[in-house]
Amino acid sequence: MVESRRYRNIVAYLVLLVGVVIVAFPVYLAILASTFDAATIINGNMPLIPGDQADENYYRTIFVGASSSTREPVGTMMLNSFIMAMGIAVGKILISILSAFAVVYFRFPLRMTAFWVIFITLMLPVEVRIYPTYKIVADLGLLDTYTGLILPLIASATGTLLFRQFFMTIPDELLEASKIDGAGAFRFFKDTLIPLSITTMAALFVIQFIYGWNQYLWPLLITTKSSMQTIVIGIKKMITTQDALTEWQIAMTTAVLAMVPPVLVVIFMQRLFVKGLVETEK
Amino acid sequence: MMKKSLLGALAIGLASSTSAFAQTEIQWWHAMTGANNEVVNKLAADFNASQNEYKVVPTYKGSYADTMNAGIAAFRAGNAPHILQVFEVGTATMMGAKGAIKPVQELMKEAGEKFDPQAYLPAVTGYYSTASGELLSFPFNSSSTVMWYNKDAFRKAGLNPDQPPKTWPEVFEAAKKLQASGHPTCGFSSAWITWVNLEQFSVWHNVPLATKANGIEGFDTELKINSPLHVKHLQNLADLQKNKTFDYSGRTNTGEGRFTSGECPIMLTSSGFYGNVKANAKFEWANAPMPYYPDVQGAPQNSTLGGASLWVMGGKKADEYKGVAKFFAFLSDTDRQAKLHTDSGYLPITKAAYQKVKESGFYKQNPYLETPLIELTNKEPTENSRGLRLGNLVQIRDMWAEEIESALTGKKSAKQALDAAVERGNQELRKFERTVTR
Amino acid sequence: MEKRALFSSKFLPYMLLLPQLAITIIFFYLPASQAIWQSFLMEDAFGLSSEFVGFENYRYLFQQPEYYRAMVNTAVFSTAVAVLSLACSLLLATQADKNLRGGEAYKTLLIWPYAVAPAIAGVLWIFMFHPSLGTLTRPIRAVGIDWNPLLNGDHAMLLLVLSATWKQISYNFLFFLAGLQSIPKSVIEAAAIDGAGPLRRFWTIIFPLLSPTTFFLIVVNIVYVFFDTFGIIDAVTGGGPAGQTTTLVYKVYADGRLGGDLGGSAAQSVILMVIVIGLTAIQFKYVERKVQY
Repeated sequence: MVESRRYRNIVAYLVLLVGVVIVAFPVYLAILASTFDAATIINGNMPLIPGDQADENYYRTIFVGASSSTREPVGTMMLNSFIMAMGIAVGKILISILSAFAVVYFRFPLRMTAFWVIFITLMLPVEVRIYPTYKIVADLGLLDTYTGLILPLIASATGTLLFRQFFMTIPDELLEASKIDGAGAFRFFKDTLIPLSITTMAALFVIQFIYGWNQYLWPLLITTKSSMQTIVIGIKKMITTQDALTEWQIAMTTAVLAMVPPVLVVIFMQRLFVKGLVETEK
Repeated sequence: MMKKSLLGALAIGLASSTSAFAQTEIQWWHAMTGANNEVVNKLAADFNASQNEYKVVPTYKGSYADTMNAGIAAFRAGNAPHILQVFEVGTATMMGAKGAIKPVQELMKEAGEKFDPQAYLPAVTGYYSTASGELLSFPFNSSSTVMWYNKDAFRKAGLNPDQPPKTWPEVFEAAKKLQASGHPTCGFSSAWITWVNLEQFSVWHNVPLATKANGIEGFDTELKINSPLHVKHLQNLADLQKNKTFDYSGRTNTGEGRFTSGECPIMLTSSGFYGNVKANAKFEWANAPMPYYPDVQGAPQNSTLGGASLWVMGGKKADEYKGVAKFFAFLSDTDRQAKLHTDSGYLPITKAAYQKVKESGFYKQNPYLETPLIELTNKEPTENSRGLRLGNLVQIRDMWAEEIESALTGKKSAKQALDAAVERGNQELRKFERTVTR
Repeated sequence: MEKRALFSSKFLPYMLLLPQLAITIIFFYLPASQAIWQSFLMEDAFGLSSEFVGFENYRYLFQQPEYYRAMVNTAVFSTAVAVLSLACSLLLATQADKNLRGGEAYKTLLIWPYAVAPAIAGVLWIFMFHPSLGTLTRPIRAVGIDWNPLLNGDHAMLLLVLSATWKQISYNFLFFLAGLQSIPKSVIEAAAIDGAGPLRRFWTIIFPLLSPTTFFLIVVNIVYVFFDTFGIIDAVTGGGPAGQTTTLVYKVYADGRLGGDLGGSAAQSVILMVIVIGLTAIQFKYVERKVQY
């Protein structure tokens, strides 16, 4: 038993190692690119060992900016991205856990209709409805606001479906026991469902935070004031696609720095993945 | 600065009711990134400092396509910017939307700013003017196609680095020699495959790309890119692709690095590549005008543009238009154009600015910046070389590229590919025609 | 699938649904219905002249051979990406679920790629796999493969499948991991005591218990490959060479957002929507039966 466990762990390490090497390679490449000068990056065939420009690139990115005359307000952009990402993550978890609770634990007329009404939102890409959505946001006076940045992006069904799937796995005995204790819907939700859902919520939070953090097209469209722009727009502004010199090293350095908050969220949320939360026998 | 005419004085009377404190804001949405973004911000700041009635506020709105979409979305919601930067392929779409735009020439006239169409380089303004010569949008960043080449590689191959090939047959010969002398994977290449090898190619040879003066004289235009000359050129490229004397570098400019890295010793692409070449090429380089086929009568003609222009959106207040006109006058100023040209590498739009830079001796040190201007002004533009105005050009370029790729991989002959490109392109043109002529 | 035990209340469920329904109706159904209406119009980009044309935008699509080719590409691409990304991430998640030393680091490194902004991801793929500039191209060419996604359609499709899969692996990994963590260890230990081998244990106990998560991921991944991959296609192949990597959603994107043909692109989205609703309905009807709640 012990022998075979050790053997299995070696296999696990190997699988994970290969997985990490492949999956995280592009990340490594981005970090790598932030240690070279522009010519090495643009002329291709970047070496796989870090170069010696890291100090210079990070110093310039953080303290000088991509060019000397104007300085992009990276701090403001980071803050805007953070507010938007938090808003989307929290907002989506909130509305979808409530609606999933309703759909799974109540029987009422139009229940399945309500579920499908929400579910269909997965089926039409944002791209197609972007003009009319913009018009609605403009009519509501939400251009250049956090509300305008956040609300339209939480109108999607992934969270509801995820919680529905999870709630379905919760044994009915739990609800029966809770009812015997005289608990109402609200207490069951608060004392039983929420604690059980922590892992699911943490996973959804990570995904939604990163989704919000990396949004590009929507913030680009509805923000005009420079005080409302986000970090991804800032990065795009540095990457020239035609007819001008691109300071790739600075763009890549900014991209690496822009990954720090999402990665911190990943690390932090992993603590909620600790076993035992669900270990409390179901 | 430009002097104001009588009409302008009238308009000023209207505008002067706004106090110096309540500046009129002019929104300018643009797609300029990196160093060009700095240029935009600097221009706006300089203009704002030069007077206190108007304040130009530049906002980055993403790629050219993103910026145009943002402008369209905003127009549909009733809050379009005053100035929208649109890439050259969007010209027909903008022009087709008569109620959405304010023609620049009309704007200048109404605002009483001095405006002389003759002052501008005809190959530049022609691209953005109506058939009758009325300027619709204000040329901002313009470039043209040039041939970049690696002088060190030329020497190694026994070619004269100071006498680059002039014609296509000479390019092919040079490429073979270059390939044999240490460039096995690429003798020559081209970025922006359709812009260089169909659009510029047609204009440079004074053959029609499409009927009706390449669409300028009417949206009922039909493609002409399956002429024997076009077929011959594509067939040559396809033949040379087989052993990589010519090697395809993709539809956009992502392959340009193959020149600066030294892999491809000849690269046909935009003159705007200058900044990257200067910074990243670790060898001696130069550029030259595009090659041509010597058996085509009258070739070379003149080249045409790439880049973008500034469109003024419709439905704004007269006072705001006055500010826009002032800003355009500010941009047209000879000294400013000359400086913009020498600093950023954008082509100047006025004859005076070109003349001034020439006289200053700048091109003696920087002949590479003059090459695209020599091409543009090579001859007086004809109806085949004024420019092009095709609707749904984004889709059409994609179709062209698809067909060119079919020919390069040998799936189709050059003739079959270009016939298909014409047929599919014409369908798009008809579709576009229906949306504008109503 | 239904719960045996339920709450009953007249108003509460509606109140719970209200926030999501309100946002969905305002920011989804209102604009979406306009987009669908758009598919019956022929209109210029600015909406100044519009003409009702019935099903003409649809007819135009079905007359084009390129449209059928895009359908085939979509089928190949979607199947490959969905299967590959689900399989890889399930394998990684089951390994990462073991209490290994340094497990946290592995997990972080496997989720990290999701944090790469799509705007940057496309650039990274060019850095890696450009036929002559790519960092990984040289070793590929060294083993004798003439790697050229610019002109070789198979290479281009392979590259696209890899990049789209890569983007989704971290996502699937995270949810599989969360699903695995929710399985009580007592269940697995009980099976181990019964003497079931690890593989058998996985297929007979863990996999069924994971099936609600798997079902969620299948639905989400199908939606992802059908709708969300235009950005990566645009950055990696631009639909080329010769249309061999043009998928349905890329055409929607290219025609509508890049090309300004709103009617045509709206008609394509409606077709796409019908396809995906169909696929999803089939999943709910047949696949969900196999899910063990």
